[in-house]
Amino acid sequence: MSRAVISQGPLRGDEPVIEIDMSTDLAGIEMPSPVMTASGCAAAGRELDQFFDITSIGAIVTKSVMLQPRSGRATPRMAETPSGMLNSIGLQGPGIDHFIEHDLAWLSERGARTIVSIAGGSVDEYAKLATRLRIARGVSAIEVNISCPNVEDRGQVFACDPTLAANVIQAVKRHSEPRMPIFAKLSPDVTDIVSIAGSVVRAGASGVSVINTLLGMVINPDTMRPHLAGVTGGLSGPAIRPVAVRCVWQIRQAFPDLPIIGMGGIRSGMDALEFILAGANALSVGTAVFHDPSAPVRIHAELQRALVDRGFNSLSEAISYAHRPKDASPEVDDELDFISE
Amino acid sequence: MAVQVKGEVLDIRRVGAYQVLSLTAPGISDIARPGHFVTLGIGGEESSMLLRRAFAIYQVQSRGVYGGTLDIVIGVHGKGTRWLADRRRHDAIDIVGPLGRPFILPKERVSCVLVGGGYGSAPLFMLAVQLRERGCRVDVVVGAATEEKLFGVLELKRVASTLTITTDDGSLGERGRVTDVLPDLMDRVDAAVVYACGPMPMLQRVAEVAEERQVYSQCAVEEAMACGIGVCMTCVLPVVGEDGVTRMLRSCVEGPVFRGDRVRWSDVGTIPADTLGAPVEGGR
Repeated sequence: MSRAVISQGPLRGDEPVIEIDMSTDLAGIEMPSPVMTASGCAAAGRELDQFFDITSIGAIVTKSVMLQPRSGRATPRMAETPSGMLNSIGLQGPGIDHFIEHDLAWLSERGARTIVSIAGGSVDEYAKLATRLRIARGVSAIEVNISCPNVEDRGQVFACDPTLAANVIQAVKRHSEPRMPIFAKLSPDVTDIVSIAGSVVRAGASGVSVINTLLGMVINPDTMRPHLAGVTGGLSGPAIRPVAVRCVWQIRQAFPDLPIIGMGGIRSGMDALEFILAGANALSVGTAVFHDPSAPVRIHAELQRALVDRGFNSLSEAISYAHRPKDASPEVDDELDFISE
Repeated sequence: MAVQVKGEVLDIRRVGAYQVLSLTAPGISDIARPGHFVTLGIGGEESSMLLRRAFAIYQVQSRGVYGGTLDIVIGVHGKGTRWLADRRRHDAIDIVGPLGRPFILPKERVSCVLVGGGYGSAPLFMLAVQLRERGCRVDVVVGAATEEKLFGVLELKRVASTLTITTDDGSLGERGRVTDVLPDLMDRVDAAVVYACGPMPMLQRVAEVAEERQVYSQCAVEEAMACGIGVCMTCVLPVVGEDGVTRMLRSCVEGPVFRGDRVRWSDVGTIPADTLGAPVEGGR
């Protein structure tokens, strides 16, 4: 690739924005931007459409939907934590039929690329969800949220067991339209995330979404009891970003060509850049949306600027760039310059 | 339709136990209605406090040298509100609003009672003014633990037909709670609507008093929110719909103003067994 010489800084300052090709190919989905929303942080896109054009970003990843309507857990459902938050929503949602009829139809009408996140309590429920989506219009891909307890197996979380995870992915694959891209959303709460990734890939996943929240807990000092009604909750936000970058890196090391959606605490273009360099083909912005509802478009612009500043001519040149051999670049000094920024 | 704007602090002043923050808010103040709220980003762009803080809109000025401006009332009870109270003139603050469903105003010239607990009286000023403009009679009851924790007594006195004050310790007005004096007041003025904003137990009692008299109640709830725009699903409470079905509704977009007779006040903080989609098992 051709690199601009950073130290001479021809691209710095207040010069007009230089546009580069920010498109990405995610398991066959052509997207104008790698930046997407994260499941559970954007509902079904409608609310965020007030703040930015949801068709301009890569895709809307909808909140995990289950087969039946679901009330979710009691409140309190969240706690603010240092550079993050804990949530224990309990997958509140309208159920797949209502979702297809109202939310998916609206997204399709609006012209937004949509990745539908599904969640189930059994392999059969995932299969049924896939079957329902097979005939639905406007689905670009399915993201399978496997960080759910298996009600048929003492609440063992699918994502934490390579066999259970594979069973779910296999069922979704079998019941989906054959060319539908299927992403398995992995939990970081495992000893070896690479082996789980391998397991879901062998089961037919087109790619992986990395990472889901980390299990956490807060004790309320006033009540001296767990703060969340659900006792434990999922930790998200910039606090978990280094964990997420590590997971993307490890999976990319093991699977050089696997489509990876990176997420976990992305709040700025510079954060997004880390994920791209570590090997992500696309990104989900989650908790940052709660802080800044227009975060996805801002992060897209900041990422483009960060890539231009580093001399990249396109987003795709930067994907996995951190994995290049140590002697691959003659301009090591320049790189050190910007790494220390 | 809400917008996100960069506001600027015009003024911050202490009022009793609270701080009143005046902000420029172009595009928000001119469409804000009584009961709408705004959320503010806390701690700047690199903040470790990610969740926005929600505040009822107290006053708006849609024109003037600064364009649109709005005032909110801050009670300091944590790191985020402390940060806001420490802002100074010209500081920038990220504002999203106007948010939520506002109070519904009566079409006819009826008698209205407004009830505020603590700085829950903040959204009642705009409401009182607009009700008076429609020719409604407006009687106001405000209460707090102590005199210091009352908000805006003088201004309310100006706009209301009568103002009743209660404090838990008797430091000003009648000793007791707003809901102690509410039933007699409602009967005396033949109230057709009661509007309330304040702590949940107060709202519950207001809704009960209204229902006993078959009077319409409009209650603005205070639930912990993360996003304020309807995407995080943390600020839910059980509300009965017109179809008789209980759902967990988001107070940020389906509220914060609810009909008092629709909210299952005793079940707030729980998932009632007959809620759509209950009971819950597993998942996160």
